[in-house]
Amino acid sequence: MKHYVIIGNGVAAAGCIEGIRSVDTEGSITVISAENHPVYCRPLISYYLEHKTDPERMNYRTPTFYADNGVTVLYGRSAEKIDAKTRQITLNTGETLPYDALCNATGSSPFVPPMKGLETVEKRFSFMTLDDTFALEKAITPESRVLIIGAGLIGLKCAEGLHGRVKAITVCDLAPRVLSSILDDTCAAMMQKHLEANGISFLLGNSAKEFKGNAALMQNGETVEFDVLVLAVGVRPNTALIKDAGGNVNRGILVDDTCKTSLQDVYAAGDCTEYRDISAGTDKIMALMPNAYMQGHTAGVNMAGGAAVFDNAIPMNSIGFFGLHCHTAGSQPEGCEMFEEADEHHIKRLFVKDDKLTGFMLLGHMHRTGIYTALIRNQTPLSSVDFARLRVEPQLAAMGSAYRDHVLKGAV
Amino acid sequence: MKRIYVKEEWCLGCHLCEYNCAFANSGLTDMVKALRDKPIYPRIQVETDAGGVTYAVSCRHCTDPICVKSCIAGALSKKDGVIEIDHEKCVGCLTCVLVCPYGAVVEDGSGIAQKCELCMKNSCGTPACVKGCPNGAIVYEERQAVPASD
Amino acid sequence: MNIYPEFEVLRNDSRCIRCRVCERQCANEVHWFDADGKLMLSDESKCVNCQRCVTLCPTRALKIVKSDCRLRENANYTDQTIKEIYRQAETGGVLLSSMGNPNPLPVYWDKILINASQVTNPPIDPLREPMETRVFLGKKPEHIRRNADGSLDTKLAPQLTLSMPVMFSAMSYGSISYNAHASLARAATALGIYYNTGEGGLHEDFYQYGKNTIVQVASGRFGVHKDYLEAGAAIEIKMGQGAKPGIGGHLPGTKAVGDVSKTRMIPEGSDAISPAPHHDIYSIEDLRQLVYSLKEATEYRLPVIVKVAAVHNIAAIASGIARSGADIIAIDGFRGGTGAAPTRIRDNVGIPIELALAAVDKRLRDEGIRNNVSIVCGGSIRSAADVVKAIALGADACYIATAACLAMGCHLCRSCHTGKCNWGIATQRPDLVKRLNPDIGSERLINLMNAWRHEIKELMGGMGINSIEALRGNRLMLRGVGLTEKELEILGISHAGE
Repeated sequence: MKHYVIIGNGVAAAGCIEGIRSVDTEGSITVISAENHPVYCRPLISYYLEHKTDPERMNYRTPTFYADNGVTVLYGRSAEKIDAKTRQITLNTGETLPYDALCNATGSSPFVPPMKGLETVEKRFSFMTLDDTFALEKAITPESRVLIIGAGLIGLKCAEGLHGRVKAITVCDLAPRVLSSILDDTCAAMMQKHLEANGISFLLGNSAKEFKGNAALMQNGETVEFDVLVLAVGVRPNTALIKDAGGNVNRGILVDDTCKTSLQDVYAAGDCTEYRDISAGTDKIMALMPNAYMQGHTAGVNMAGGAAVFDNAIPMNSIGFFGLHCHTAGSQPEGCEMFEEADEHHIKRLFVKDDKLTGFMLLGHMHRTGIYTALIRNQTPLSSVDFARLRVEPQLAAMGSAYRDHVLKGAV
Repeated sequence: MKRIYVKEEWCLGCHLCEYNCAFANSGLTDMVKALRDKPIYPRIQVETDAGGVTYAVSCRHCTDPICVKSCIAGALSKKDGVIEIDHEKCVGCLTCVLVCPYGAVVEDGSGIAQKCELCMKNSCGTPACVKGCPNGAIVYEERQAVPASD
Repeated sequence: MNIYPEFEVLRNDSRCIRCRVCERQCANEVHWFDADGKLMLSDESKCVNCQRCVTLCPTRALKIVKSDCRLRENANYTDQTIKEIYRQAETGGVLLSSMGNPNPLPVYWDKILINASQVTNPPIDPLREPMETRVFLGKKPEHIRRNADGSLDTKLAPQLTLSMPVMFSAMSYGSISYNAHASLARAATALGIYYNTGEGGLHEDFYQYGKNTIVQVASGRFGVHKDYLEAGAAIEIKMGQGAKPGIGGHLPGTKAVGDVSKTRMIPEGSDAISPAPHHDIYSIEDLRQLVYSLKEATEYRLPVIVKVAAVHNIAAIASGIARSGADIIAIDGFRGGTGAAPTRIRDNVGIPIELALAAVDKRLRDEGIRNNVSIVCGGSIRSAADVVKAIALGADACYIATAACLAMGCHLCRSCHTGKCNWGIATQRPDLVKRLNPDIGSERLINLMNAWRHEIKELMGGMGINSIEALRGNRLMLRGVGLTEKELEILGISHAGE
């Protein structure tokens, strides 16, 4: 009987458990969970603030998930050290845990750049975990003025979650636009306008350089008064365990398409990893939930002796604020051609290079966009489809009758 | 398992399947009350190709469902081969819409995702699109895979 | 001159969900959606009352009614008569119609009643006792013949074997669609009966149903070649058609497209004009030549049917045909359907099938040649009761086409000649043809025939008869109501109460 150990208890871990069990129903699985919660979806914390979900519904799997899969979860414990030679893990409690196959699914941590006087801010929070969220929720009142550092996915989702529960929300970011990691200037401007129309204030190209209690001194000299501070500048992969054990680590843990690290019998999955974005042809950190699950599952299958690859990863994001949704996927490589369609309420930008759709940005109208995503993921030659029709609307009708026969006339 | 398949040679492009779907999943007993003066959000979409051939697309209930793997809320799951969505858990992030290669998961009009669940959760019995198709163009049966061709 | 539309489209707006099915399904383009007012609108002048929209409307928001906008009452110059004059004054053309004669002319079937047994010769329960509905069509021997060794001489003229006394009569590929033909062919095969190609040839896809196919040879000889003749189970020479006795046929070039032109063996887009006469037939002797030519061509394996319209001298004509070498006579009454006929011909030429059938059966018996031929009658056989009455009047079997079309979805709007059949039957427009799924069409035809078979058995059982053979020409089983002495005499039946 094999002993599987998973460090981390997020979605990658859940994928890993399900991956292992799809091959091996016998082996023991131990999950080391720093957080005292069964697996939940981190991105749901903002929905929790909005009352769109609650801790019970945030559970990623059923209450009997671990029991059903024969998993032992060690709550409140973390791994301190991996010894890949003796295949042993040392926990923060001093205990050791042997393994036959290990999955490092340690995720990422909020990154807080050094800012003078940060310790003088009494109510400051990260926005990553459920516990962060509970703490933030406790701290706010309807009279709170909230300053959020970071206009990325986490910062803006936090702003949306707090909307209506506090008096004012200001978001600042060094970048000159919102959602700078996924949107270009035009799309970001539309989104920013929409957020502003919903009462969110922005200070862009600007950030706090110093704090004095409840006042932030901005780089442009302005002072912003606030009651609650949220730090959502960014995240960093938790790579230390693998790095210390001698594994290959860049910004994230390097894994191949079987999700294996450079260490024997050690796999890694999720936000802590760095892997190939096929739309750009480069290795990246793509801290995305769907990819985390798929990596975890792939790692699990391979840990249990099966054969799985995750070799078509692309960055993709589905995110919306106050009813304006945006879907992005892939990348915009140098020299790509852009096809655009836009009006007051929606933008569609498709990026094409070398007869392939490499990426898109869509704001406003989110209908059947997965058909575009599949074009990127499958690297479908656009000369083999009716791209003129696809540009107008995602549709299988443009994919040719052979493809249609394959996907619509038989089981897939 | 039984799935919904379309026989495009008999599809008339009448779009009745879309209306029957929207009605069947409305929870109401009168079609007029359910659908009049409202936009409809069916879980099946009629497409027309360049040659004028029409056919309806709904969830393929994939063996390896990328929507289930991508759901950030754990709201999508596979039970006995049927891909189901738990509307209570869904928060409307629409990642499933972004990943479904067939465009079969769609927004339901209230901001959350919906998809064909083979009418297992309503009182239809045989899926409404199949039952209501006037020309037998949508069938509910067991089939093998059709190999992909290049 | 603007003629007020014949029909009104009544849309119950409180039920309309704007699904636009009516709009998408109307080939006449009656309905359309007005996006500004978010309203469904209609142009009633284009409506033929085919009921496609009514049938498909998911909320029953539609009905089509006869307009009550009427010219001043006049029993002589009726509304219809006047409007036909207007139309002809406008166009200078012959009026065209389709399907059977809709006028209130006598339907003798409805004035004939069937007997049932009481006390003596008790009725038979078809659910408990065997009932034979099988019939054989073809020349029957005069008497039993024996070979030299005393054994029975079983060599018979070629016969058609029908599991029940009904066949699908001639409708050409061209006048009806590929899918309609597929439905008929598949149903006939499943039922063990026959369908008839009409004068349009046999599509190569349907050769597989040859064992249940009657191939027709008509005055245009369209689609006739050796393989065609040999593909069928019988050959029918069409001399006339009940809906349009005395005239030929005309398939407009617009319908002679693709496979239709290929199957008819005519150039694409050319009008297919079947002449009124067969130009090689001016006498019974000429007919005999064609009968034997066809028999010769198929090595005497197949029975030959001669189909004629029911006209005034039908008994004498049938007598001639029975002597021509034909195996089967098909008589088509004046209420029979058509894909297109001049209205005046359809509504005024020919005689009722009931009288024609009775007269022919009597004449052939009187002349001692009834066994020379089987008699098939058609021209508005609407139900199992009509079939039973026809058999008792002397028919061996019946031909149905209108009823078959109805089973496939026809709503008798009588607009076949426009080529825009919304039910996918009388059209060659691909988008309309696909509306008839032969899986459904054939199933409905099979259902209809099975229902009729049950009813025929029940009616026979009631009379104490357990075999169709024992019903044929058994006029004692019939009585007339409300008929004149002369009508009763021709029908050869007594009045009810006699």
